[in-house]
Amino acid sequence: MTDVNPERQVSAGRVFEAGRQAFWLAAPFVLIALAWQAASAFFPPFLFPSLIDVFGRVLDILTTWSQFSSVLATAMRILGGLAGAFVLGAIFGLTIYNFRIADRLLTPTLIFFQGIPALSWVVFAIIWFHGVEFRILFIMIMTTLPAFTFQVVGALRGMNKDLAEMVMSFRPTRKKYFTAMVLPSVLPEIVTAWKVNLGNASRVVVVAELVGSSGGVGFELLQQQQLFDMAGALAWTLQLVFFVLLFQWILSQFERMAFRYRAVSERSS
Amino acid sequence: MTLAGKPLTGSDAASTRPEREVEIRFRNVTKTFGDLVAVRDLNLDIGKGELVALLGKTGCGKSTMFNMISGLMAPGSGEVQVMGKSPFRDFDWFRGKMAIVFQNDRLLPWRTAVDNVELGLEMMGLGKSERRERAMHWLEKLGLKGHENDYPHALSGGMRQRVSISRAFATDAELLLCDEPFSALDEMTSMRLRNEFASLVRENRKTAVFITHSIDEAFDIGDRIVVLKRPAEIALDLDMTGGVDQAERERIRATIHRTLSV
Repeated sequence: MTDVNPERQVSAGRVFEAGRQAFWLAAPFVLIALAWQAASAFFPPFLFPSLIDVFGRVLDILTTWSQFSSVLATAMRILGGLAGAFVLGAIFGLTIYNFRIADRLLTPTLIFFQGIPALSWVVFAIIWFHGVEFRILFIMIMTTLPAFTFQVVGALRGMNKDLAEMVMSFRPTRKKYFTAMVLPSVLPEIVTAWKVNLGNASRVVVVAELVGSSGGVGFELLQQQQLFDMAGALAWTLQLVFFVLLFQWILSQFERMAFRYRAVSERSS
Repeated sequence: MTLAGKPLTGSDAASTRPEREVEIRFRNVTKTFGDLVAVRDLNLDIGKGELVALLGKTGCGKSTMFNMISGLMAPGSGEVQVMGKSPFRDFDWFRGKMAIVFQNDRLLPWRTAVDNVELGLEMMGLGKSERRERAMHWLEKLGLKGHENDYPHALSGGMRQRVSISRAFATDAELLLCDEPFSALDEMTSMRLRNEFASLVRENRKTAVFITHSIDEAFDIGDRIVVLKRPAEIALDLDMTGGVDQAERERIRATIHRTLSV
C-alpha cells in the first residue's frame, strides 16, 4: 500500500485543472492555426500565406516604431471614441432618466441614429468635416452613443428601488447618494457596455480609417489590399485583435476586483 | 384613564399622556391612492421615549403611515409632524435624527457588513475613524464580531438583519422606525432579535415605532400598542407599560382579534 501525501494530491489536482483549462482555452485557436497552415500548403501565398510569414510580419510591426505607432493611433482612436461616447451617453442617459421630455425627444432620435449604418456615418463625416481625427471621433461617437445611452438608462431604471429608498432614508446629499447608491448600482452594466462597445468600435474604426484616414490599422489594411499582401493584411488584423483582447482582459480584471462582493455558486462556477 | 389593556380611542390615549413631549403627531391625516383610502382622518400622538407597536392586518395602511413618518411620502391632507417639523418638507433636517430598520435587511451588496453599518454615518459627514469605531461597537454589541468584513451574501438572514439594526443604532438617531423587521426570519431568531431590539431601544432611551402584523410581536415589543383597522384608523390604543399578567394578556388578545376580524 502506498502512502500519498494529501497536500501533494491537492496541488497535483490543481495543476491538472489549470492544464485542462489552458488546453481548452488554446484548443480552438490551435485548430484554426492548423487549418490555416494546412491550407497554406495547397494554396498560393497571396491567398493563404504560411503562419510563419504572418508571425514574422506581426513581429515586424511590433518592433518597428513607424508601424507600431499606427497600431497605437488606432487604439487611441478606439479609446477616445469610446470615452467620448460614454461621457455623452452618461449625460444623455441621466437626462432621459430624470426628465420625461428628454426621454420623449432623445430616445426616438437615438433609435433613429442606431438604424444608420456605420459606413453612412463615414460618408457623412467625410462630407461634413475636414480634420481626419475629428472625422474618426465623430464616427466613433455616433456609432456607439445610442448603445451607451440606452445601457446607462437601463442601468438607472434597473436600480433596486428598495435599496435606493433605504439610502434616501439617511437623507444623503446628491453627491453622497450618487457615490453610495447610483454609481455602484450601475457600474456592472457600464462595464458590460464598454465590453460590448469595444468590439463594435474596433470594427467601426477600421472602416473609418480605411476610407478617411492616412494612418492607423484601417489605412494599413487598405495598403495591404492594394499590394495583394495577405500576410500583411492578417498581421495588421491580428494587431487589432490583440488590442481588443488586451483591453477586454483589463476590463475583466477590473470586474473581478470591483465586483468581488458577488456570490459565486459552486455549481455554476 | 389609562389602564393596562383598556381600549382607548386615539384622542383619549393622546390626552392621557400629557407628561411626555410629543415626538410624532398625526393631525387629521388622510392619504389616498386613486380610489383607495389608505389612511382616513388619522389623529395620533407618540411621545418622546415611547416604544409603540402599530398593529394591523396587511393592507391596513401601516406602511403608508410609516412612509409619512419617515418623510418618504407626503400626507394627502392633514399634517404629520415629527419633532415639530414636517418630515417630508424638512427632509434634510432629519439627517441623523431618524433611522429605519426595514422589513428586509436592505444591505448594500457591494459593501461589507461594517461598511453597511457606516452608511448612515457617512451621510452624517462623520470622519472615517469615528465611523469605523461606532460601526464596530454596534456590530460587536449585536454579536457580529469577526463578520465585519463579510459581504451580505455570506451572512445568514438573522445576521443580515442584525447588521441592519446596527446600521440604525449606529447613527444614534433619536427616533427609530421599524417596518416588520423580523417578519422574514424564523420564529426563534425573530423572538431573540426582537427581545434584543426592545432592550436596546430602552437602554438607549430612543423613541421607536414598530410596525407589525403579529400580536405576539406587539406584546413583546410595545410599551403601547396601537391597533389599526382598515383604512388606517385607530381601533384600539393600549398602554402596556408595567407589563400585564397572562390572564390580562389573553383578554387583550381576544379583544384585538375581535377588532381586527370586524
